Amino acid sequence: MLFLIIKRILLGFITLFIVSIITFVGTEVLPGDACTTYLERQAFGEQLEACYRRLGLNVPAYERYVSWALNAIQGDFGYSLSGEMPIKDVLGPRIKNSLVLASAAIFIGIPIALILGIITALWRDKLPDVAISTVTIFAMTIPEFISATLLILIIAIWLEWLPGIVIVPTDVSFLELLPNIILPVVAIAMIMTAHMARMVRSSVIQVMASEYVQMAILKGVPYWKMVFKHVLPNALLPAINVVALTIAWLLGGVVVTEVVFNYPGLGRLVIESISNRDLPTVQALAIILASIYVSINLLADLLTLMLNPRLKTLQIRK
Amino acid sequence: MMTDIIQKVKNLSIGFRSKKGDEILILKNISTNIKKGETVGIVGESGSGKSTLALAMMGYVKHGLYTIGGECQFNSSNLLKMKSKDLEKIRGRKIAMIPQNAGQALTPNLKIGYQIDEALQLHSDLDEIEREKKISELLNKVRLPSPETIALRYPHELSGGQQQRVAVAMALAGTPDLLLLDEPTTGLDVTTQAHVLELLNFIAKDTGTSMVYVSHDLGAIAQVSDRIIVMYSGEIVLEGPSRDILKKPIHPYTHGLLKSIPKLSLAGLPESMPGSQPQPGTIQGGCSFFDRCNFSDDNCKNNSPKLEFLKDLNTSVRCFNYEQLVNENEVSQTVNKIKNKSLDKEILNLSEVSISYAKQKLLDQIFNRISDENPTVKDINIDIKKGETIALVGESGSGKSTILKSIAGLLRTKDGLIKFDESRNLSSDLKERDPNDLRIIQLIFQNPDESLNPNHTVEEIIAQPLKLYFGLKGEKLKKNIIDLLQKVRLGEFYMSRYPRQLSGGEKQRVAVARAFAAKPDIILCDEVTSALDVSVQAAVLNLLQQLKEDFGTTYIFVSHDLAVVRAISDRVAVLYQGRLCEVGPSNDVYKFPSHPYTEVLLGAVLEPDPDIKPKLVAEDIVEERPPEKGCSFQGRCSRIVGDICKKEIPPWQLTDSGNAIRCHIPIKELQKQQF
Repeated sequence: MLFLIIKRILLGFITLFIVSIITFVGTEVLPGDACTTYLERQAFGEQLEACYRRLGLNVPAYERYVSWALNAIQGDFGYSLSGEMPIKDVLGPRIKNSLVLASAAIFIGIPIALILGIITALWRDKLPDVAISTVTIFAMTIPEFISATLLILIIAIWLEWLPGIVIVPTDVSFLELLPNIILPVVAIAMIMTAHMARMVRSSVIQVMASEYVQMAILKGVPYWKMVFKHVLPNALLPAINVVALTIAWLLGGVVVTEVVFNYPGLGRLVIESISNRDLPTVQALAIILASIYVSINLLADLLTLMLNPRLKTLQIRK
Repeated sequence: MMTDIIQKVKNLSIGFRSKKGDEILILKNISTNIKKGETVGIVGESGSGKSTLALAMMGYVKHGLYTIGGECQFNSSNLLKMKSKDLEKIRGRKIAMIPQNAGQALTPNLKIGYQIDEALQLHSDLDEIEREKKISELLNKVRLPSPETIALRYPHELSGGQQQRVAVAMALAGTPDLLLLDEPTTGLDVTTQAHVLELLNFIAKDTGTSMVYVSHDLGAIAQVSDRIIVMYSGEIVLEGPSRDILKKPIHPYTHGLLKSIPKLSLAGLPESMPGSQPQPGTIQGGCSFFDRCNFSDDNCKNNSPKLEFLKDLNTSVRCFNYEQLVNENEVSQTVNKIKNKSLDKEILNLSEVSISYAKQKLLDQIFNRISDENPTVKDINIDIKKGETIALVGESGSGKSTILKSIAGLLRTKDGLIKFDESRNLSSDLKERDPNDLRIIQLIFQNPDESLNPNHTVEEIIAQPLKLYFGLKGEKLKKNIIDLLQKVRLGEFYMSRYPRQLSGGEKQRVAVARAFAAKPDIILCDEVTSALDVSVQAAVLNLLQQLKEDFGTTYIFVSHDLAVVRAISDRVAVLYQGRLCEVGPSNDVYKFPSHPYTEVLLGAVLEPDPDIKPKLVAEDIVEERPPEKGCSFQGRCSRIVGDICKKEIPPWQLTDSGNAIRCHIPIKELQKQQF
């Protein structure tokens, strides 16, 4: 078990290393560089040389990679080009904002998804299932930029209940941010919840049809006890990985929604820094997003391993 | 008299609605009574409705099916109309179920102890300490070793036999009046099966519980039941005292069935029954057994017979012409003795073959070698003569299928040589075999549902080897396919069908045709009849034998069923834990003296005859891996002679008839002990 955990963590680091190389090489082979972008039309001669020296672009690429990687490990991603401030200062509030958005969506979405999924499965083909399933399939298929726009149109413009776009400084306090995030959270949670509810539904139905559930019924186990003891623990195990992927997707910045609502999170930062050719920030973002994916998937795998007695003993036996 | 009846099934019909909206019956107007303390065997092939009937006796109807009419009365209340609250009080407490596949029927995330405790909590008033004691008692009763530790395990940590015992313990927890057993021993090894049956018999006597034993296996039914109900396509066709049904069945279906089951005492292939059981909803009036029956006439074609109770025989029968069978003597089996022209020429030679499943270490992967001190299969030396049928037998884990895979080139061997035609070395790695090497050895798998591509028509399936090995095209290809189909007794019109449109027996025929399409020298048969119904099995075995005689093919036949092996093979090799125990002509292997393991296997075979009881010689312990040294069977052997069995690998000894036995006990001594 311990060996397995160490192995998985090592694999995670290798993944991150590969991602870092790909992003570094990627930004390297793109035409133009930070100095040509920054200096624009003055990008020639003495001034360009000076800029190269200042930013350290005059040394070979692999040396730059090594020093960049060493600094990045310590949390220092260098300077943002557009703001001329340390990238970690740019990232800090953005990460916080994205975390607020994601956790709100998670805390609202996951319980609702579980409940809806279980209800639809237990009342399979009956009215509750048909009604909820129709809604979830509908919510799943509408792209988020449409549902977000519709939300703004109805709630913000027609009803004027909530602000339509988020116009706050990047580093506002949580309480001030709260009314602003309701619409984005609803927009994100709709798709996420629908996806997860469908997944939970099919997983519960599969377990309900299993021989051990039939056995539990024939043993005289009362219905709800059977659902909670025999069905749900087995049905929800496979859902853990889906939940993990969803969380990673949320933390990675829900780009479209953030842009539509003008929300100052990681997703919008990705778009901004790409359009500003702010390559150091793009690199930093790529690494951070990759680490989020890797670590959340790792957590999910370990959780499944811990909760599934079958996997646990298999590992110990080996 | 009425008080004696514990469960009364009255005019029960259960069915489903087809996509076209027609009502299709799975059970047709079933009526029967289960009396207190008796064991009733319900026997039938897959699709006969026997499991549906057993579940209905618990008031349970599977998703998709519904009750069309009739009742299942328990204590004079109809279970099929009962509220689920009331059913919960009966299920597990008054009527309990022992499922077919305990491995699937135990909830994977709950410990064994909890699952039994749950039944106790629901159906007894015991407090926690008493329940704990009771769990140990129950696990003891089903003869599980060290109950305290077993209770803390998860289902997947137990062997199949142990899981089945846990299911029995769980059913006994509520001290039910009626036990329903749905194929409780079907997935188990022969020896485990005999042990579980013996346990069930003991429990029936000990507790006085009534039992309904559902199985397709007449051998198992014969060992437990007082009364037998024979079902065929949703109807009861014969019902009566167990002995009469097995010795002198008066329904043509049962008669034919008993004739088609291979017996240990008879070498040669039994007569086969034509056709297969009709699918539900396809019968158009008349007797459902009409087209397979040897006694049928026009009356049978147009009118369906009623179940008729014959007072003097105490038997109910659904047949117009049963009288023709009443005066017949006991079922006498006629067999076609197999006559193989096995030549002196060796076609395949395995020498010193070892196979390992151990995970390769990094270093070994780099040097492309396998290092394992104690491989799964070791020291296999067999010469296979051209034209013979050699059978590999043993329980699960004996390595019989593993050896087959290596011969087919699907699994790399660790050591040893596989030689074809006395000269040509065959690599056990598929990639190193040329097309001709691949052609000469063909495989027929256990389950045709999985070995035939569901998206290919029969034509495409059989065309593949013809195109691949012989490059046939157009008319010639088609003619060859039709030829092959005729050889396996299937008409030309099968060409356009998909596997799902065929019955189990027909699918296996297509698999046989595909194997023969390559014109192979050797065909590897991996449990080819285990997935088939009994009445179809004999037909497939006869077909295999016929084809072999026509083409002079060599068969390597793997099976766990010793009676089938007896019927079809010239020579038998007995394996335990991947080591050979005994090799010899099948006539001699089935006679004493035998290797102690062969003795155990032969003793455990269940024959469809109430007078032949299994002999349980050894414990049915499951060994995870072969012992490091000494005899492979030392862990379970009842004739162990001392330290020598644990330290030294036993020598091969030859009997007078040319049977080789690997044992430390001298042949003469072994013979004395076994007689």
